[in-house]
Amino acid sequence: MDLSSIDLRAIGAWFHGLLISSGMSQTGIHVIEALVGALLLLIFGLTLVIFLIWLERKLAGRIQDRLGPNRVGPYGLLQTVADALKLLTKEDVTPLDADRVPYNLAPGLAVFHVIMALAVIPFSNRVIGADINVGVLYLMAVGAIGSMAALMAGWASNNKYALIGGFRVVAQLLSYEIPLVLAMIIPVMVSGTMRMNGLAVAQGSIFGFGWFVWTLPLAFLIFFVASLAEGERAPFDLLEAESEIVAGYNIEYSGMKFAWFFLAFFMNSWVLAAIGTTIFFGGWQGPFVDQLPALGVIYFLGKTMILFFVQAWVRATFPRLRIDQMMSFCWKFLVPMALVLFAAVAIILKLNLPQPLEAITLLVANVAILLTGVTLLGRTQRKALYAPKRAFTPTIPRL
Amino acid sequence: MLQQYGLIGMLALIALAFPFVVVGFTWLIRPKRPDPIKNSTYECGLETIGETWVQFRAQYYLFALIFVVFDIEAMFLFPFAVAFKQLGLFAVIEALLFVAMLAMGLIYAWRKQALEWQ
Repeated sequence: MDLSSIDLRAIGAWFHGLLISSGMSQTGIHVIEALVGALLLLIFGLTLVIFLIWLERKLAGRIQDRLGPNRVGPYGLLQTVADALKLLTKEDVTPLDADRVPYNLAPGLAVFHVIMALAVIPFSNRVIGADINVGVLYLMAVGAIGSMAALMAGWASNNKYALIGGFRVVAQLLSYEIPLVLAMIIPVMVSGTMRMNGLAVAQGSIFGFGWFVWTLPLAFLIFFVASLAEGERAPFDLLEAESEIVAGYNIEYSGMKFAWFFLAFFMNSWVLAAIGTTIFFGGWQGPFVDQLPALGVIYFLGKTMILFFVQAWVRATFPRLRIDQMMSFCWKFLVPMALVLFAAVAIILKLNLPQPLEAITLLVANVAILLTGVTLLGRTQRKALYAPKRAFTPTIPRL
Repeated sequence: MLQQYGLIGMLALIALAFPFVVVGFTWLIRPKRPDPIKNSTYECGLETIGETWVQFRAQYYLFALIFVVFDIEAMFLFPFAVAFKQLGLFAVIEALLFVAMLAMGLIYAWRKQALEWQ
């Protein structure tokens, strides 16, 4: 068999032909194709998450000098399946004081928002659920539902820990959405499209290695830090800090409803890694992807797994921040830096420099802004550290 | 194009229905033995004292207000970023002024201690 003939589009075309030959109306064909596509995405997401949970637990185990899951199946691979089956048969305890409607709605919405995000992720050239021209905006819109689900869960549980978790969700997810969006605008500006596949196509130069991360490393850093916070991951997992508020907003959930929150958490991390891959690491771009379109899927999944690995690595390594540190880091460091970077990139792109020079200027500007920001941050931190500490602050009477 | 949104609509229906269908399915197979102690609010074995549904702290509203401003800014910047290559110098300077005005708002909030977590 000729390797270059492996093209996922061919399967789609074959299916389309099959439907036409069955003599259905045009609308019927569209509905069935949409249904099949949606089911494929859903099944892909659910299978993926089973693997991701195992991967993260195994990684965390190895990083912290433990074995991780190793009992069910080879290397503990079936551990998540066993967990899912157990959760499926568990009693569902609903607290008597809970507000029933939002309490039951919240886990569904949490799953809804991550599954919806899968629709615009380009797995390969043309292998994409829906290549809409407002892809990035769509991701932001869908992502906002996640914080609503968490807030609903926290409020409706009528539990003090859950409520504090819900409060923190509002503060954290909303705040970190700003640097996330600002960092995503910059590649959109460079490539001139919001289409997710268009962003991947725009990074195809230099043998499939013309990724935006080379020219815009600071934008990627801001995106990555903000995505850690959006994914509710350590060091930003204040909203489920075990040592303070037990589990955060999902404390009163049990059985399958808890499983949905768990699934949404892992899937959300993967989706953020996939967005990062598409926007900054060229998505499915790589060498020989034009000759072998199926390679694109491998490149995409590989890069996404590497980003997911880094997220899990950070989670297993770093301690948790305090809420005031987290909020000031976002509003006083990430947001100003993202705004300055946005202005700098806009100016540099309008200078109409020849190509290699423009890329170098962008890189230099990124590094310069990052170094300035870190220097200023370090200076203020040092000042706070060595500030004279008094037992009490004397009040000076105002005249 | 409309076909693309057809898939999104279909996925929305499925993704919304699926979690509830599975929860409904577990209702058939799971044990149901409620009792007042089990169904009481979890608070590490203690009884809950006082009202849980309290008012949000004013601090959260401040952050929410700043968030709304910046989120709307992002909405305006997306069309700007997409059309960036066709834009003239005038439009770019205008957009930069827009960002600068928002940055001034952020500096104002900063100076007014609205970004301090108390």
